[in-house]
Amino acid sequence: MRDALPAAERLLTSVIRNPAFILVLVTAPIVLVLIFGFIFGGAIALPGESSGGQTYREFLLPGLLVMTASNIVPSMVSAAKENHSGLTDRFRSLPISRAAVPAGSALATLVYGVISFSIMMICGLVVGWRIRGSLADTLLAMLILLLFQFSASWIGMYLGYLFDDEETAGQAAILAIPPGMVSNVFVPTESMPAWLGTIAAWNPLSSVAAALRELFGNPSAPTGGAWPLENPVTASLIWTLGLLAVFVPLCTLRYARAGR
Amino acid sequence: MIEAEGLGRGYGEVQALESLDLSVPEGTVCALLGPNGAGKTTAIRILATLLAPDTGTARICGYDVATQGAQVRRRIGLAGQHAAVDEALTGRDNLFILGLMHHLGRRAARARAAELLQRFDLEAAADRPVKGWSGGMRRRLDLIASLIAEPPVLFLDEPTTGLDPHSRDEIHSAVAELTRSGTTVLLTTQYLEEADRLADNLMVIDSGREIAQGTPEELKDLIGARVEVVLPSDEQISQAEQALTALGGDDVAVQEHRVSATVKAGSLTLPELVRHLDELGITLQDTGIRRPTLDEVFLNLTRSTR
Repeated sequence: MRDALPAAERLLTSVIRNPAFILVLVTAPIVLVLIFGFIFGGAIALPGESSGGQTYREFLLPGLLVMTASNIVPSMVSAAKENHSGLTDRFRSLPISRAAVPAGSALATLVYGVISFSIMMICGLVVGWRIRGSLADTLLAMLILLLFQFSASWIGMYLGYLFDDEETAGQAAILAIPPGMVSNVFVPTESMPAWLGTIAAWNPLSSVAAALRELFGNPSAPTGGAWPLENPVTASLIWTLGLLAVFVPLCTLRYARAGR
Repeated sequence: MIEAEGLGRGYGEVQALESLDLSVPEGTVCALLGPNGAGKTTAIRILATLLAPDTGTARICGYDVATQGAQVRRRIGLAGQHAAVDEALTGRDNLFILGLMHHLGRRAARARAAELLQRFDLEAAADRPVKGWSGGMRRRLDLIASLIAEPPVLFLDEPTTGLDPHSRDEIHSAVAELTRSGTTVLLTTQYLEEADRLADNLMVIDSGREIAQGTPEELKDLIGARVEVVLPSDEQISQAEQALTALGGDDVAVQEHRVSATVKAGSLTLPELVRHLDELGITLQDTGIRRPTLDEVFLNLTRSTR
């Protein structure tokens, strides 16, 4: 694990040397909050509310945080790109653990995550989102969010190493959209057809979004009796740890065998 | 230092490496020579633990590449065909991070980066992102990136392919400098002049198989020397042809007033040749015995397997 730190430092240093990336990192959360908050917010009313707007924005923000955390595209594209250049060969010929480089990338992603979540939350506070939970609950919510992002970046890297080519990874990015839509991130699941609602309820994004809403004390969507939505905090932890348990070994194996 | 026996590796239908035996003694430079697709890169990747062989074994400093990968990786450096450096970082950052990965510690990593940049003349550009560097400079950075931990064994996979002559020269000087300090080097190349200049031993491979090996001189001896006789007119051509055949010449060729033949290396000296032709009354305009270039050796050797 100690070897992961230089690998993370490499990515962070390259970010510091790339002002355009920093600009995107800072503006993307702001743009997301404004677009979704005011475009969807005007049109969508939560069940039991007469109109959207303010309440919807409070419902939406945890969803946007989860949406951002679940964005596997950057990890996927950069893993595919690095696999294609000789850089991965160089790292794999070094006397370091073969999990070190993927772990370093996941740690670096976590740093970007902290930055974009903070900006998004500040922006949310400006447009009416509030934290009504206790400090402990808020910290737990942050922990779940970061853990979820950490596991998502392992999935992204695994797919990136699998595609082994930047173009394919770029094309595959479109597939990262549906998981966010088939969930309670933007809308409550109860308006969906029953079968779709069940999928959405068992979508890890839904659990994490519901957990954040519960812990922040934001309005939540009806659960429809689905277990992961009834017990979102437990479900989120199970989901994230489960994803890590599957994708950390898969990704490490894939990386260790890259180019074979 | 590098020992391989019967290395073989296929990719699906294609047998990239048939059965390769290789032995590179400590402190020497061995060049693997071969056309594109000969199996050079596959061999290097197996030796650098990046690829598992289907058959055969290989040892680096006594450690098995298949079962003692971690030990092997502690003792090797690898520089590839494409400069494997992070383009977004500066040259100094690249070396610094690699130093950290080698557990040098921050201060030592910084010092090592500075030392290497200075030694290989990259100091002026060191603090600019690598994406703005020239191809030759990147390749040099890639080379020195493999030297961070001062590995006793270095693999260079086509270190100069695609570089202009000037940059190639710089890489050559860098490699020569390394071998002076006792590093064992296995390099692959398509340029024979490069192998001639850098390597103590050559192995020519094609289609995954060794087709010849030896010192550059030994390989040149394999195809012998070319004798050339230029006559003032075409009157005595057939006499000259007979004379060269009598001297043991093969492959006699005539081109205008020029008669040439291949003789065994060292079998004929120039004074002997001139005396012999003079005795036969053949008038010469010009004559010479030329050692083959390694390019000719290469073409000669690889042609027979095609």
